[in-house]
Order: sequence, then structure tokens, then C-alpha cells
Amino acid sequence: MTANELVWRIAGGSGDGIDSTSQNFTKALMRAGLHVFTHRHYPSRIRGGHTYVEVRARDEPTKSRGDGYNFLLSLGDSFARNPKEEAYYGKEEVKPLTENLDDLREGGIIVYDSGLLDDEDLPDDFDERAEANDWHVYPLDLRAIAKEHGREVMRNTAGVGATAALLDLDLSYFDELMQEGMPEEVYEANYEVLTDAYEQVAAMDHDHDIVVPENDHESDQVLLSGSNAIAYGALDEGCRFIAGYPMTPWTEVFTLMSQHLPDFGGVAEQVEDEIAAATLAIGASHAGVKAMSGSSGGGFALMSEPLGLAEMTETPIVLVEAARAGLSTGMPTKPEQGDLEHVLYTSQGDSNRVVFAPGNVQEAYTQTRKAFQIAYGYHIPAIVLYDQKLSGELRNVDAAFFDEEPTPDLGATLTEEELEEAAHHASGKFQRFRHDPENGVSPRSIPGQRGGRFLASGNEHTPEGHISEDPENRVAQMDRRLRKMEHIREELDSETSHQTLHGPEDATYGVMTYGSQQGTVEEAVDRLRDAGHDVKALGVSDMMPFPEAELTEFLESVDRCLVVEMNTSEQFRGLVQKELGRFGPKMASLLKYNGNPFEPAEIVEGFEATITDGSFERTTARFQPAAGD
Amino acid sequence: MSAFNAIGQEREVDQNEFTPEIEPQATWCPGCGDFGVLKALKGAAAELGLDPEEILLVTGIGCSGKLSSYFESYGFHSIHGRSLPLARAAKLANPELTVIAAGGDGDGYGIGGNHFMHSARENHDMTYIVFNNEIFGLTKGQTSPTSPKGHKSKTQPQGSAKDPLRPLSMSLSAGASYVARTAAVNPNQAKEILVEAIQHDGFSHVDFLTQCPTWNKDARQYVPYIDIQQNEEYDFDITDRREAADAMYETESALWDGKVLTGRYFKQEDRRSYHEEKIATGAMPEDPIAEQYFDDDHEWKRSYDLLDAHR
Repeated sequence: MTANELVWRIAGGSGDGIDSTSQNFTKALMRAGLHVFTHRHYPSRIRGGHTYVEVRARDEPTKSRGDGYNFLLSLGDSFARNPKEEAYYGKEEVKPLTENLDDLREGGIIVYDSGLLDDEDLPDDFDERAEANDWHVYPLDLRAIAKEHGREVMRNTAGVGATAALLDLDLSYFDELMQEGMPEEVYEANYEVLTDAYEQVAAMDHDHDIVVPENDHESDQVLLSGSNAIAYGALDEGCRFIAGYPMTPWTEVFTLMSQHLPDFGGVAEQVEDEIAAATLAIGASHAGVKAMSGSSGGGFALMSEPLGLAEMTETPIVLVEAARAGLSTGMPTKPEQGDLEHVLYTSQGDSNRVVFAPGNVQEAYTQTRKAFQIAYGYHIPAIVLYDQKLSGELRNVDAAFFDEEPTPDLGATLTEEELEEAAHHASGKFQRFRHDPENGVSPRSIPGQRGGRFLASGNEHTPEGHISEDPENRVAQMDRRLRKMEHIREELDSETSHQTLHGPEDATYGVMTYGSQQGTVEEAVDRLRDAGHDVKALGVSDMMPFPEAELTEFLESVDRCLVVEMNTSEQFRGLVQKELGRFGPKMASLLKYNGNPFEPAEIVEGFEATITDGSFERTTARFQPAAGD
Repeated sequence: MSAFNAIGQEREVDQNEFTPEIEPQATWCPGCGDFGVLKALKGAAAELGLDPEEILLVTGIGCSGKLSSYFESYGFHSIHGRSLPLARAAKLANPELTVIAAGGDGDGYGIGGNHFMHSARENHDMTYIVFNNEIFGLTKGQTSPTSPKGHKSKTQPQGSAKDPLRPLSMSLSAGASYVARTAAVNPNQAKEILVEAIQHDGFSHVDFLTQCPTWNKDARQYVPYIDIQQNEEYDFDITDRREAADAMYETESALWDGKVLTGRYFKQEDRRSYHEEKIATGAMPEDPIAEQYFDDDHEWKRSYDLLDAHR
């Protein structure tokens, strides 16, 4: 466990302002020079239910949630003290103090709202546990402070003031953020609440040893989520059309794009269902606009049919799949990596698509851009697969990382001048689907262009687009579409890898993961190395076409490899074994599927249990619900 | 200058321009009403002076879906029931295109019913032609959403227990701004209605009665027909929603009894089409989005300018 860090958890019910308060707190810590990372946990409901956000702050780049936390700000149940809401939800609905104690580290701090929580509401063994764990408990009537200077809802601000006092944080960062985000009179009341709480707590005795580490970013930092990064990657790549239907967590990308597209000269459409959404993306792309759509598991299932149409008509589109825990509607607000096979193989016929699974915020940006480049360069659908974890987590990134020129090029698309020179059928019809291009890509025309007339058909078709069941034409078209995948693989291999190696190349053991668990695995590997294990990590992002050479090299170089993923059926390991079967005996699985992402310590423990304690075989370790999950 | 030169050029057009130079062998049966739609569409496009390259014809699946193979223009033969969402997006990407969507009664009123309702509601500036032969043709004669009650087929051997759908009333209530019904057996009216529908600025729905001599055995299914505009008995104001609704109700009920009424039912001209509405609210740029990609001087905004909110 890293000693020198703050992991601040703010807990309450949905509707208590947990999200906005934690975002401001995170930003304040970033402005104070720290590296930050957030982990969100929330239920599928509008009000009430158990919600928390963890903000981890360290003096070094932070790419994972921590193991447990060391500071709890428990806001209490706002609803249970409103007679009307109490009648509706029941008094027992939210227990932000009780629910969060299991994961609080020894020596941790608790600030709870004594205005909302009487002694009788505390767990029976609270004092006992507090003493046994050396917790430092600060009951504070946050509600009263808030009411005195403004309104009851400002108790979050009081909680932040109390936090600042206990951790000796400079109030100016919070003050700045409140000024930026609030109307004048609201700000003034909040400022009074903040300072009053700060002063009250500062006057109390403190004997805890939690300190916020010091750090100073030398460069300009920004705080972004995976969904921010995907939306910005799409905008920078010239995406000017999005169609969608709301579904958690995909909605985060969809709303971001809908907010920005009109200013960027584009258009966003909320439509009747996901079949329509993906089909609209095809229509816009066919008419000459870079287009995207997306959804989460169940909505993506509806896109299976248009996905196949895009493949067959070679219409470039980018789809985003923000996975959440399945089966079916599963657990709408909880992360899981169970949609990999769904994304790889859904739709009839042979899969003819590209799938990226970014492992962190920066990769979400670069790989979304790459998805557009490949989609439009090769006339193929590209999918960005990520999950609820990466969607909502915030981390600080160097702003210069995004200081990139846009590349709006439509890819393999002809101008009218080029169309004049292009191959046409004897009938005068443009040969949109010629058999012969070496890399499989026949450049396209756009409706309205002179000389580019063709038919796009989801049926098998001739070079000019006529429906055809001719066997020779069929084989030629299938082979050409398949050729694209080889060339895409070559292009991806020839540039910066999307697979992220972490640790020394000659390590004896490996830990492999895909997508959003990358940062957590890397932190676990650092700890394993500190404990004397000779191990390295590989975070894999290219799912299709499969990065055969890179994975072969990695798996050849290690004696044993732990494959970490959040699902029950070992989908990523299954993909690796399908592609590179001979490495099967080297791999063991570590799985977690209780709705919460891995903590680094769980991976450390799983590695030791399966890989190095001598019990290695084709093992699958499944995580039972752990404390605090 | 437009990047799409085929669009909006005034010219004299012969309807043969809409016949592919090497005509694919039509897979429609002899006597099929679909030929009537093809002919009427060619005639209408020629009369309007359209260039085959400024038209995007999007079709669904089924016999009707093959229209895009036999009509010379930019075409998209899409998937069952999905021609409308595809066409809608193409129109938003480039509103200067003439966008026509087509499909059958199973395609448009069955599997694509949801898209039909919402496309009409949004009033996209496009024409939607539904080949209505009251049967699934290409899958060999199953009961469709417009098949008469009691219709027997292999999938409904006891006869359909459902009343047929009322497509005209449906599109009116969903929000279409032009609604008409015509029939392949009435080629002059069919062409005139398609001309009007394509010219109409908004969602124009044409329910096109097409006889199916193979699966609806009576090849004279829609004969005799009555053109309501030519018949004094049917006098109503096509700009009045309530009168149109009454006329539609009567027409649809009459068809169930074997009496074929065709003509124009509703026309609303004081309503902006969807893309105009979006432009007016600032949700969409005035110039076609598609043109941006062909304009070397276009200034592309970048996400870096949005980062202030994240500092």
C-alpha cells in the first residue's frame, strides 16, 4: 500500500451532489499540483441509493483507484430527514457511514454530518471499530453550518471546508472554483459556509497522520474522463455527425458530442432507437460526413444489423461501445468487460471490422482518432470498446497532449476531378467496388458528385454495385474485403504500438489485460516488483485485427502469464487462445465480476496465489465480493 | 462553388436517363405493380429535370427494395425497414440532395414502423414511397400489416385475426406534411403525385398500391379505382387536417371492402422541414456539412479550445 497518499471518499445518496462536489475537489487538488484519479460508484436511480466517489491524490502519476481509502466525508441521508421523502424512501435507505466503513484504512479520518445522523443512527459497534482501527472521527453539524449561512444543500461545501481544515489544504483553490462556477450571491453564501466549517474544524484537536503529499506540476494540466477523451478525439478527427439513443454509460459521450457539435459545424441527432442511430451514422457517412454512433451492451445488440450493413456496403462509421455489467440490462451503472465477444462477432457473416479497447484517458483520445482514420481510410466500421469505469473516471493529463491539429480528411474518397479519371464500367457507372485494389480499398464517391453514380447494397454485389450471386464475383469481393484487414494490421504494426508494455522486457512473469484495467494492472506490477517478483505487464488495445506479432513476442518471453479481466467467461483469454492457441498452458485467469473494478492489491494477491506460489496450472481465480466493493 | 456539381443544374431531362445503360434483368414477376412505381418515378424525375446524380434513392428489402437497382441514380439498397433512418441522415449531411426512400408494406409499416412514425413526425424533406400490395412478396406470400382481416397464408392458416393497418391515418397523425395514395394501375395520377411529393418541402408519404399477381392472386386487385380529386362525391380541403383525416378514414375503410380510392389527402405548406427547423434553432449549419470536407479553406475547430473548462 502506498503510504503517502490521500484517498478521499465522499459518500451519500444520488441527488446529494456527490458528483459535482467530488469533481470540484479533484480539480482543486490538481490545481494544487497533485496527480489525481477518481473512481465513481453509483446506483441506477435518480435519488437516494448508495453513492460514493473516491478521489486519489498522489505526488506521482496516478492511473488507478487505490486499495480502500483513508478519508471519509459522509454526507448523511438528506432524504431521510425530510418527512415527505422519508415517507417515500424510508429512513433506512441510505447509510453512507455504515456502508463505507469496511474499506476505510487503519488510521483513517471520518467526518460525518451529525446534523443528519444521531448517535442512535450509528452502527452498534461503531466506537469499538473506530478504536480498533485507530479511526479519527469528527462529527460536525454540516447541515446547521450550511443553513446558517445559506441553504441546507450547501452542506457539501461545509464538508469540503472541514476536509481542508483536517488536511491543512489552502482554501484558495476551492474559493477560486466556487467563484468560477457560481452566481455571485450563491458564491458568497458558499464562501461563508466553507470558511465557517474550516474554522470550526481547525479549532479542534487533530492527531491523525494523514498528509496530502506535495507536488508541483510544471506543465498545464487538465482533468478529463475517458468519455471526454473519446468525444474530443472524434471532434479532432473531423467527426461532424452523431446519432444516438440514451443508455448508461454511453450517454456520457453522446451528450458531450451533442453539446459541442453545433459549434463545430456538425449535427447531433437523438433518435427513436439504436437500430436507427447506427443506420443514421451510415446514411451521413454515405453522404460524405464523418459520422459516429454508439451505445452500451443492450443498445449495441440492436446495432448488430446496421453494423453488418456498414461492413457489406463498406461505409465507414465509428461506433462506441461503453460496456456495463450484463447479462441483458444487467447492472446499468456498474463496470464489466463482458461485451468483448459481442463487439467482435455480433452480426451475420464473417466479421469485417476494427476494434480498439483503450486502456486509459489518453488512449481513449488517440485510439478514437485512429478509429476514424482506419474507418475512413479503409471503408470499414471501427469500434471503440471501453466500459463504465473508463467512461466516468477523471484523471489529470498534460494539456499539451491535446494540442494537435485536426485531421478532417475523408480518407479514400474521390473528388469530381479524380472521378473523371477513375475506372468506370462500360455502362458509364462508377466502379465503387472494384476487385483489384492491392490493399482492398476501392475509393468511393459521394452522392451529388458528377460521374460517381453507384449502388451501395447490403446484398453481395458487382463492382458497380448491382446485386449478384455470381460465385466468382462473390469470392473476389470477399477476398478483397478480407485483404483490408491484413493491410490494417500492417499499418498498425508499422506505427506506435497500441499495446502498452510496462516493466522490463526480460521479466520472467507477465500480467496481461485489455482495456480499462490497464492502469490498475500496472500499479499492481509495480508493487509486485517492489516485493521482489520479476514481472511485467501488457495492456492490450488492438482487439481486431489481432496484434499477433506483439502478443507472440510477449507470451514467448514469459514463463507464465496472468490474464486479468472483468467477466466470468475469460473472453480476452479466449481471444488470445483462439489466435495463439499454443500459449494456452502458460496462461492463468484472474476474474472479477461483482460490479466493481479491480483494486491493485487484488491483482497482487491473485498473482501470488496463481502464478508464484507453485500451484500454477490452467487456473481461473474468481474474486468474491471484497470488503468495500 | 458546390463540391457536388450534379446538384441543382437546370436542364432538359429525358426519362430514359433514369434507366441504367446496362439494365439489370428485373426480378419482378410479369404483371407486378412494382413496374408501375418504377415508371412513375422515372417520369416524375424527368418532369422535374432532376439529374440522376443529385438523387439518392434509399430502399429497404423485398421486391420493392430492388427499385434502386432498376432506377439510375445514386442508390442505397439497405436493410429491411431501415431505409428511412439512412435517408434522413443523408439529407441532414447534404440537404441539397433529392432524397427518396422506398420500401414495401411489410418493410415500412411492419419492421420499419417505428422509423416511419418518427420520420413523419420530424417532417424530413424527403419522399417516402411505400409499395403496398398487402402481402409479403419475396418471402412468398405471408400476411402483411396491410393484408385484409381473415387473409389466409402459410403463416396464418386460420386467417388473420387482425384488422389491417391504416397507413394514411398513421402518417397524418405522426406528422407527415404531405400524404397521398396512388396506384400502379393509374400511371398518370401516380406520376403527378410523385412530382408533387418530390417537390413538397417536408415529409411526403405516398402509399402506392401495387398489385401482386403471384401471391394476391387477383392481378386486378386495385381495379377499378376512383380518383377522389376527379369525383365530385369526395369534396374536401386537403390543407385541413380534420377533413383530410375523415377522407383518409373513409378511404382506408373502403379499401377493406374492396373499393379503391386514390388521390391527394393532405398537404401542409406552412411548416418548416426538419433540417430547416434545425438550422433555425442553431443546431445545424446552413451550408451542407458534407461540403466542408471538400473545402480546402474550411476552418476546423479543435478540441484544444474546449480545455479551459477542464483546467
